[in-house]
Amino acid sequence: MEIKLNGEWTEFPDGATVADVLAATGGPRPGIAVAVDGVVVRRADWPATPVPKGAGVDVLTAVQGG
Amino acid sequence: MDEEPLVIGACKLTSRLIIGTGGAANLAVLERALVASGTELTTVAMRRADAEGGSGVLELLRRLGIELLPNTAGCRTAAEAVLTAQLAREALDTDLIKLEVHADDRTLLPDPIETLDAAERLAADGFTVFAYTNDDPVLALRLEEAGCAAVMPLGAPIGTGLGIRNPHNIELIVARAGVPVILDAGIGTASDATLAMELGCDAVLLSTAVTRAADPERMAAAMRAGVVAGRLAREAGRVPQRFWAQASSPPR
Repeated sequence: MEIKLNGEWTEFPDGATVADVLAATGGPRPGIAVAVDGVVVRRADWPATPVPKGAGVDVLTAVQGG
Repeated sequence: MDEEPLVIGACKLTSRLIIGTGGAANLAVLERALVASGTELTTVAMRRADAEGGSGVLELLRRLGIELLPNTAGCRTAAEAVLTAQLAREALDTDLIKLEVHADDRTLLPDPIETLDAAERLAADGFTVFAYTNDDPVLALRLEEAGCAAVMPLGAPIGTGLGIRNPHNIELIVARAGVPVILDAGIGTASDATLAMELGCDAVLLSTAVTRAADPERMAAAMRAGVVAGRLAREAGRVPQRFWAQASSPPR
């Protein structure tokens, strides 16, 4: 299935979880947060939350700014 | 002289200088500037993470014991700002948020409608909202009523270094505010920071003036001294301005 990961369509196996998707962006680590279709998924829920086909997944972290 | 701490939500600050981390040439320069500034609260932006990992700014701020103030810079709508704030809370484990919703890229001025909308939603969601706003005394009150913990009027547009373009508006905001007022954006040099404090602001937030100065560490020290000087002068109570001279030596 394809999901839109940080704005880019990316192929993942059907049933991939948020934790699986995170592995493609450097893996789960401190200082990041994930939203699926505009809703924050809590860290504790990453391994058990499947990402729907076609979903938009945004992975954010803190950078210099402001 | 004992300095009264500035309390905003759960945040207790001895230093009244809040620094932004944007614009620094590298982390070593940023670190020296942050240390010289004496800041205890520093902004970071939220951006999409890639496989390369973070910029290292989080590790730096944690090592220096500086509290994080994530911002919503880059957001154009209330909905974007609310989601960014929620992601920042999850990523950084803080309820503090610097709310900024920019209207366009040329001015980077705050969009008042979207900012007020987002402020109401974030305050209701338990955030400690620091609202970046225009130097509009009416809007500042509305943001306070919406539940903001601090209002942050601009002196001039972000990154311009034009100083405080409308000091009277800043005084009006201060005169009626029931929450801390933090002068944010437009500061160019130390005298601007001093003026902000003399006008009665509770703190100053700046980044470009330090991070893009020829010598960021030295400018950070100047800003620190400027903020302290302005605060002391405000508390000391300045003499009234007079049209005619008044002798300071006894008559002959």
